[in-house]
Amino acid sequence: MRKVFQQRSVTRALTCIALLRVSGCRGKQNVLDVAGPQAEGVAHLWTGFLIVMSIIWVLVAIATARAAFKCTTQKLIEPPLPHNPSQNKFLTWVVGSLVGVTTIILFAFLFGEFFVARSASAMSQDVNALNIKIIGHQWWWEVQYMDAVASNIVMTANEIHIPTDRTIQLQLDSADVIHSFWAPNFEGKKDLVPGHPTLMWFKASRPGSFRGQCAEFCGMQHAHMRFVILTEEPSKFEQWLADQRKSAPDPKTDEQKRGQHVFMTTTCIMCHSIQGTDAGGLVGPNLTHVASRTMIAAGSRPNTVGHLAGWIMDPQKIKPGVLMPQHTLTPQDLRALLEYLETLK
Amino acid sequence: MTTPAVEHVNQLPGEQVDPQAHHELDRTWTPAHGFIGWLVDTNQKHIGMRYIVTAMIFFGLAGLLALAMRIQLAFPENNFLSADKYNQFFTVHGMTMMFLFAVPIMEGFGLYLVSLMIGTRNVAFPRLNAFGYYMYVFGGIFLFTMLFLNTGPDVGWFAYTPLSGPQYSPGKRADTWSQMITLTEISALVGATVTICTAFKQRAPGMTLNRIPIFVWAEVITSFMIIFAMPAVMLASGLLAMDRLVHVNTHFFNPAEGGDVLLYQHTFWFFGHPEVYIIFIPATGFVSEIVQTFSRRRIFGYTALVLSLIATAFIGFGLWVHHMFATPIPLLGRLFFTGSSMLIAIPSGIQIFCWLATLLTGKPQLKTPLLFVLGFILLFVMGGLTGIMQAAVSVDRQLHDTFFVVAHFHYVLIGGAVFPLFAAMYYWFPKWTGRMLNEKIGIWNFILLFIGFNLTFFPMHILGLQGMTRRVYTYVPETGWGNNNLLATIGAFIIGLSVLVFLVNVIVSRKRGEIAGPNPWGAPGLEWSTTSPPPTYNFLYVPTVDGRAALWDQTKDTPVIVGLSHDKREVLTTTLLDARPDHRYELAIDSIWPFVLAIITSGCFIAAIFTPWAIPVAAVLAFIVLGLWFWRGNEPKFLVERLKATPGAPPPEVQRTFAAPNIVAQLKPGQT
Repeated sequence: MRKVFQQRSVTRALTCIALLRVSGCRGKQNVLDVAGPQAEGVAHLWTGFLIVMSIIWVLVAIATARAAFKCTTQKLIEPPLPHNPSQNKFLTWVVGSLVGVTTIILFAFLFGEFFVARSASAMSQDVNALNIKIIGHQWWWEVQYMDAVASNIVMTANEIHIPTDRTIQLQLDSADVIHSFWAPNFEGKKDLVPGHPTLMWFKASRPGSFRGQCAEFCGMQHAHMRFVILTEEPSKFEQWLADQRKSAPDPKTDEQKRGQHVFMTTTCIMCHSIQGTDAGGLVGPNLTHVASRTMIAAGSRPNTVGHLAGWIMDPQKIKPGVLMPQHTLTPQDLRALLEYLETLK
Repeated sequence: MTTPAVEHVNQLPGEQVDPQAHHELDRTWTPAHGFIGWLVDTNQKHIGMRYIVTAMIFFGLAGLLALAMRIQLAFPENNFLSADKYNQFFTVHGMTMMFLFAVPIMEGFGLYLVSLMIGTRNVAFPRLNAFGYYMYVFGGIFLFTMLFLNTGPDVGWFAYTPLSGPQYSPGKRADTWSQMITLTEISALVGATVTICTAFKQRAPGMTLNRIPIFVWAEVITSFMIIFAMPAVMLASGLLAMDRLVHVNTHFFNPAEGGDVLLYQHTFWFFGHPEVYIIFIPATGFVSEIVQTFSRRRIFGYTALVLSLIATAFIGFGLWVHHMFATPIPLLGRLFFTGSSMLIAIPSGIQIFCWLATLLTGKPQLKTPLLFVLGFILLFVMGGLTGIMQAAVSVDRQLHDTFFVVAHFHYVLIGGAVFPLFAAMYYWFPKWTGRMLNEKIGIWNFILLFIGFNLTFFPMHILGLQGMTRRVYTYVPETGWGNNNLLATIGAFIIGLSVLVFLVNVIVSRKRGEIAGPNPWGAPGLEWSTTSPPPTYNFLYVPTVDGRAALWDQTKDTPVIVGLSHDKREVLTTTLLDARPDHRYELAIDSIWPFVLAIITSGCFIAAIFTPWAIPVAAVLAFIVLGLWFWRGNEPKFLVERLKATPGAPPPEVQRTFAAPNIVAQLKPGQT
């Protein structure tokens, strides 16, 4: 069985054929576009299921079709057939063997599952794992890169940078209701249950940009609780992490200074943090390096000035029910604020 | 239900119609006329048919909600429904399909058919039965009223805490969920109790435990599952209601106060998984009956089929954790539930093999009911196989809460229960109305449903693998989910069309359908030995049974039972195992009190959303009404007078007694 599984291209091709290539297998958020060893194990197990189950279904369909072709369509109802003990004896034997075969197939898959789950959990022993804390909020993801030195802890949101080929250990917790962290290209989902902090492990095998999203219904904006995982070469990742540890740069131009003043004197400061300034709110995402992110509003819109302006003025239009209020800034104030936020790289 | 113009003639082969007996029984058993008569009615066929018609109305309403959701999802970032409306719609769709359609309609079929299939005149506890229906319909009206008032629950049909708790769901929406659940579950428990007692104590003499029709077995097993599963969800909804209720504010599910949100999930899914089998097992009962009739051969593997149903019911209680594979629970525990989830494929497999064996060795006749059953086999097996995939924890953690699961359980519930349900409608419609449903329209109904269903739900498998999660009101275009969603939406409208075709068929055939006669399919069940539609008292004489296929095994000498009173609502009770005549039992007459009690009880649940004082007040009122309910001799005159013995009728041959069977019932040989 392992030998079959090792022929990755074969299984990949089979899966693609099975999916009729309706929109191709290489999506951004896809169970079968694997980018890590766990997802790969699951994809193999799934392909095994798909092949065996398809065969079983075709056999049942053939039997059903035979029954259908045996049917008469006459209007007259025939008298019932008499008892036929010898036929029943034969049928008992046939049905009995089919049940036996079913049981054997089920046991094979039970063992398959056992080995896939065991190899996936082996990662939990890795002492060099990168430790990231994920806290679910309605409706965004708080991300903390843990470090023994408290001042080295990096806080960000909705965008998770990870190095390739290193075990990632996620500490999952929730600040409000149950959420579920799901990055299908790497590993199955895990629920963030308030009162039950938990751990999960995965590894990325290639650099790239992948999407994930909340998989447990968590209220009005469950649909817009997405995140991005950016996998990078370890050196590039270390560079990114070092940049993130820096405080936000001070505003240089007058426009930027005015922007910072707007931030500090309106409702922004009540919920958001910018490291190195007086803003220390913990209700909303940390904005220290917001300009370095690719998406805003938990993966709902690309991070461009236009979208950011729209989001600040009327977040309820993009994500109705989101906890961020609408704002009434003068155009000048808004332009200055955007100018300032753009410096937070 | 009004009956079309088909003559009530008892057409047991060779039997002389006894107009005097018919007149007396009719007088005793027919409910009073008019609206009041409708409210006090306790006839099981009328109650059963009300369940079926009401459940089909809710099926239509929930289907309309589904169409609205499909329009919203047809295109990325569509604006047909707001997030708020969508969340209410998917919650109410799920609640309605589970609590107001699937379970009640299966119980409704049971309440209508079980007494006919086992050869008795009414169900045990007819007043309780009426009470159950009113509870159900009040629960349904309550839910949809709240939805129209924009107070429909928006926390999912599972209403996970803490999202449904007081902190994250202020307002009354989640209360609507918890009270409506408790209301309708009372109705389910009532129906289950009635079904079990009827099937165990009122079977026709000779119908020993191993001769009960498989559909009756299915209803009995389902009823036992209801009795064990429903209290779990009532516990969950009750504790949630207490957490939310003003002035009570317990903290069962509040982690900040030491409560536990996983406790809620365990109690919910301990009900939630058996619920699937509560819906599916009666459907397999339909399939067994229909396969047997149209294969023109006795069902192969009767014992194996019944034992499979019992095994399904037992194992069904041991795999609720597979709904919680993504929660923080220990790995070893999860593997146990993987094993048990795979195990349940074995009894389901046995049933499929037995049905196919029966069809392949019989002389099958292709009528609409069998067509739906063949469709059922293809779709249910597919849903079952994708279910086995999800039994594996690691695969499930990828597929859980995605559209793959949506596809899977619609294959199991529509393929596995709605297709058999349509088969059963086509099969028993002649018995209910005396007229056949149109076969040609039936074929179109099937083709549209089959195509529409696959077009809707097959693409959802792929959407799930592409990462589309459930319960999202919209998605961004970059995901590439647009095409498959559009296909699904088109399919959903084809399903809607096929349901319309069915509705047209029912309306047309009720007035103009071919006259059915007592047994149009040449079926073996006892229900086919009486007229179509059956008289209010079901059988002129209580039949006796010689074998599993009652009418096929009948001989010229099969006796019938005489000696039950004509001026009392008497039924013959028999022993549990061997169905030997035991004693005559007089059922209560029609009464308004079940209706009044249902108003008080449901009023209590609804008022308790606003004030806890509703509970003590309603308790006192309910106590008074129950007193009146059980107080014999206070029934209004117009109900009692209907039962007065007709002048000239012979006095009852024996008094009501617990004595030996030969005193109670006289066998009248040669009457068939």
